[in-house]
Amino acid sequence: MSAAFFIEQLLNGVQLGVMLFLMAAGLTLVFGVMGLINLAHGSLFMVGAFFCSWIAGQTGSFWLGLGGGFLAAAAAGALVEVLVIRRLYDRDHLDQVLATFALILIFSELARWVFGDRPLYLDIPPVLSGAVPLPGGGGYPAYRLAIIGVGLVTAVGLYLLIARTRLGMQIRAGESDREMIGALGVDIRTLYTAVFALGAALAGLAGGMVGALQSVQVGMGEPVLILAFVVIIIGGIGSVKGALVSAVLVGVTDTLGRVFLPQLFGLILPPSEATSVGASLSAMSIYLLMAGVLAFKPKGLFPVDA
Amino acid sequence: MRNGYKGAVLALAAGTALGLGVALGAAQNTAQAANLKIGMITTLSGGGSSLGIDVRDGFQLALNEAGAGDVELLVEDDARKPDIAKQIATKFIQRDKVDILTGIIWSNLAMAVVPAAVKDGVFYISPNAGPSALAGKGCNPNYFNVAWQNDNLHEAMGGYVQDNGYKKPFILAPNYPAGKDALTGFKRYYTGALAGEIYTKLGQSDYAAEIAQIREADPDSIFFFLPGGMGIAFMKQYAQSGLDVPVFGPAFSFDQGILGAVGEAALGVKNTSQWSKDLDNAANKAFVAAFQKEYGRLPSLYASQGYDAANLILAAWKKAGGIGDKDAFRKALEEADFASVRGAFKFASNHHPIQDIYVREVVKEGDVLTNKIVGVGLKQHANAYVGDCKM
Repeated sequence: MSAAFFIEQLLNGVQLGVMLFLMAAGLTLVFGVMGLINLAHGSLFMVGAFFCSWIAGQTGSFWLGLGGGFLAAAAAGALVEVLVIRRLYDRDHLDQVLATFALILIFSELARWVFGDRPLYLDIPPVLSGAVPLPGGGGYPAYRLAIIGVGLVTAVGLYLLIARTRLGMQIRAGESDREMIGALGVDIRTLYTAVFALGAALAGLAGGMVGALQSVQVGMGEPVLILAFVVIIIGGIGSVKGALVSAVLVGVTDTLGRVFLPQLFGLILPPSEATSVGASLSAMSIYLLMAGVLAFKPKGLFPVDA
Repeated sequence: MRNGYKGAVLALAAGTALGLGVALGAAQNTAQAANLKIGMITTLSGGGSSLGIDVRDGFQLALNEAGAGDVELLVEDDARKPDIAKQIATKFIQRDKVDILTGIIWSNLAMAVVPAAVKDGVFYISPNAGPSALAGKGCNPNYFNVAWQNDNLHEAMGGYVQDNGYKKPFILAPNYPAGKDALTGFKRYYTGALAGEIYTKLGQSDYAAEIAQIREADPDSIFFFLPGGMGIAFMKQYAQSGLDVPVFGPAFSFDQGILGAVGEAALGVKNTSQWSKDLDNAANKAFVAAFQKEYGRLPSLYASQGYDAANLILAAWKKAGGIGDKDAFRKALEEADFASVRGAFKFASNHHPIQDIYVREVVKEGDVLTNKIVGVGLKQHANAYVGDCKM
């Protein structure tokens, strides 16, 4: 195994990780501030991907598409918050799960009506097509490096927003005491809508970027959503820092597990059995990671204590 | 504000379980008061939807052409989930009392549905999935596959890769019954050394880790079986990887529905198929023209399989004078007296086709990427499991 191979796989893991972070950040913020479990977060990812590929198809510009996907997801998030989510804050978690699950079905069916059954496609912008040479030989797709870059910039931006701005102060205050900041005269309804739309926009951004790597189709958000839940549980629900660390951890574990577990079994089993056993086990690796972390840190790596 | 971390995790778990079962589908009834009732379970949503839609459309086209008003077709979406396919099958058999089931795309779903269905005395005519388990020891008098046994196209490609002097192919397929059949089939006819062999997750959409492994293994060719959206994702990501090794695959990887999405990267790629739109026979010419007229797109091999499945059923139904006498109907199916779009068609003793497998090349016709036959991979090929089937 060469160093270049390991670096490439590590980059793959980090790229998956930052993509998961964009999803998990919104999910964890919404839970932290509003105490709401939002299963429909994957649908917002899908909304971003669909609008991105549709706008890119109409205008021929990927960047307009990405911006459009970001805004469309934010708008969809704000709309859903005002129409539905707002009524759920005082309910218990199971009611929230039921209602947001219904939203998944509604979003999927709407996407099918508007965009059709067949997957849409999105081309990688020409500037970012092709591979960038890695030290030690081999290459790495420029587009994936760009995803890593966007993810890290977003993480820094989110940190500054939460730690340094008035809105961030209100968000942190909202996390620790919802009633009190209402009593202090902060318009809590607007704050909630803003936080929800912010989370939705990040999911939409992730959807748009990933859409260019795969096909854009109904139901594409749910597998990512499940991973994002794993991320926020490992990271500590409500913690954005935890979401970042745990997203990268999950991304790297998943990628390296997929690569090295089959090879490990190759030492003791014939090749075709080893690949099949290894492939099955590697699908479980992140859940084992989650179980391991929760055994030692039941509230996740970075618990948010109220 | 905390109403308990435990409660939250519990609710998350419940939600995730619910989320896994997402299924959207509505039954579509086409006719009433029929004396032949067919239940189609197929994939109409998610990453495999283009396959199911093509099978359904091809099947429906054949029914329309026959003007078979006394045939009722029920269609439901399985969302590529075995548990949902099973539920639909139970409903079709017990409530709707269908005579024939058909439509399943994915072999893991076929394994969940077919053995129980044929035990209930229903006929199952597969327009796609042909797992080895149902061709050998698990074969059944009421189970017919009109498309192929899973191994077939991969066997032809294995032979082609070997004959063209490649010494170090890297092979990959999803980790489910058809993926295992694919690599087994490839290795049955390619007997040299391999650069590597990977099973990926079914429905996987990111192949970065696999592409890095391929780069590391330094192969002289790549063979992949990744049907539907998986193949699109793989080819798009492969094109960006800076790797430049020739790729080979079964028709599923370079089918009409995929080429538009993959684009120029697919040009010149060789793939194997039992059908191609340029096959020169009257039934095929009529089918290609009628399909384009009806749906405004070129047919894929899945559409041809749906079309053949319907024509096989209709021919047997006419010949046996209905489906009341099951033995007569079965015998009529075995005779397969219909004009297949593949040309000559007959069943081997385990109810899987004996047919030619062609080698095709991806070419450009005007602006449209499509396939053209460049040779025959295997002539009058049956399958490796005929001997294991006792019925």
